Amino acid sequence: MSIASKKMTLDVERIRQDFPILHQEHSAGVPLVYLDNGASSQKPIKVIEALNDYYRRYNANVHRGIHKLSEEATTAYEASRDKVQRFINANSRREVIFTRGTTESLNLVAQTWGRANLKSGDVIVSTVMEHHSNIVPWQMIALETGAIVKYVSILEDGTLNMENYRALLADGNVKLVTVTHMSNVLGTINPVNEMARLAHDAGAVIVVDGAQSVPHLPVDVIELDVDFLAFSGHKMCAPTGVGILFGKEALLEAMPPWMGGGDMIEIVTLNGSTWNDLPYKFEAGTPNIADAIGLGAAVDYLNEIGMAQIQAHEQEMIDYALERLEEVPGLTVYGPDATQKGGVAAFTLQGIHAHDIAQLLDADGIAVRAGHHCAMPLHQHLNVGATARATFYLYNTHAEVDKLIESIYNAKTLFGE
Amino acid sequence: MDLYRQHILDHAKNPRFAGVLDPCDIDHEQHNHTCGDFLHLTMRVDDNNMIDAIAWDGEGCAISQAAASMLGEVVVGKSLKQVQDISSDDVLALLQVELAPNRLKCAVLSLNALHQGIESYKKVRENTKG
Repeated sequence: MSIASKKMTLDVERIRQDFPILHQEHSAGVPLVYLDNGASSQKPIKVIEALNDYYRRYNANVHRGIHKLSEEATTAYEASRDKVQRFINANSRREVIFTRGTTESLNLVAQTWGRANLKSGDVIVSTVMEHHSNIVPWQMIALETGAIVKYVSILEDGTLNMENYRALLADGNVKLVTVTHMSNVLGTINPVNEMARLAHDAGAVIVVDGAQSVPHLPVDVIELDVDFLAFSGHKMCAPTGVGILFGKEALLEAMPPWMGGGDMIEIVTLNGSTWNDLPYKFEAGTPNIADAIGLGAAVDYLNEIGMAQIQAHEQEMIDYALERLEEVPGLTVYGPDATQKGGVAAFTLQGIHAHDIAQLLDADGIAVRAGHHCAMPLHQHLNVGATARATFYLYNTHAEVDKLIESIYNAKTLFGE
Repeated sequence: MDLYRQHILDHAKNPRFAGVLDPCDIDHEQHNHTCGDFLHLTMRVDDNNMIDAIAWDGEGCAISQAAASMLGEVVVGKSLKQVQDISSDDVLALLQVELAPNRLKCAVLSLNALHQGIESYKKVRENTKG
């Protein structure tokens, strides 16, 4: 995994110039150190300008107006879809559906595929390390259909228990497997390709939560052979409020629509309606045009830099961060070693609650997240109340890791630890 | 940093009234789901509706723990009604800090525990009076 050949090292200082927000002071004399990328990333000028351009120059509804602005808006909106298709290497633009984000994408699959295909006694396999958005939609559809949700456990080192996964599949009746590509707490990168193969062998479809992976490493849906992939724009330099559901065409074709309304229909009569073609069947109502265009701009931006380079940079960052964090007495980092994870470092500090750590780091200008990170079952499994979490992206530097460590030591001094 | 003044750290590191009262009249758990903090409140109430004894158990950040500890000192010897009249501003006055909205929840976790614990206690008692 460590492609970190020095030649590929990013010109981080130049990249930082692309992000206006990074140049402000957190407070007088204190620069901003943004290490909460797992929650949401910052936006490059290119994306901000794409939004600005749309609203200033060609704001109009898509797919219906026979006028210049509407045509321009439609072209830009659909061009974004093509960019996303190439970005994840989907076979067809029909497989790329705009949603509000990962959560909506996962709920869409649960509510449509789930409702059409699950029955009492069927099994949904999820994992202990999932974000709530990849647990709750399945619990809801299970309640409705009588299906059962089972969870793959994790090993001591924070990786998935693949033996347990195989055993759950072997128990039978598994109709759907759903797993995060990269854990938002442990940083674990799961063997999605192998899991897909095993799921398919068992006759199940596989859904992948790509919220933490698509922004940070090259993701190829054909190579991974996943049936569905959900991810969010705002964690990958794009605006909030837009995300993607990728689904294999044959599956999407067979699925009933979710929300009804404009754009998703072919013919409407008072007695009934027929559905529009993919991908529009799943895009009822006026879509989030501006932010979808922003997502296209973000994809362009990430492509210019290169996803492999971004991954290599983050690998370097997590290597260094883990090395520095582990030298702090009383500090525990959760998850596997740097070779098996992405740029996520969730930790606890003996004698200081995660919430207090986050507050004290914030006073030094450092943004991290504290809490359950929407993964309560995982925290219960780890037997910790809350963790503090630093997450890295293409614009973070070694100097910022040093500041993090220095600030952690300040917190320890203050608390007399 | 201002938030972590000496009196707060003192209460957070050496919380007063730590533990669980058994037996007790009021037994209530209060959670803050956003950060995972929780408090287990147990209290004894005498025949005149005065708080006899209090104990806190649980885990959380320095602010939530210190506020619980400080409130413990305030409520012992007070009537249930007096405790119900304590406001979140009173808790902030005890802590002597200004809090951003996201930390306010930590500060008032113990107050919410007291208020909700007392409310369910009163309800149960009314019902059993029947």
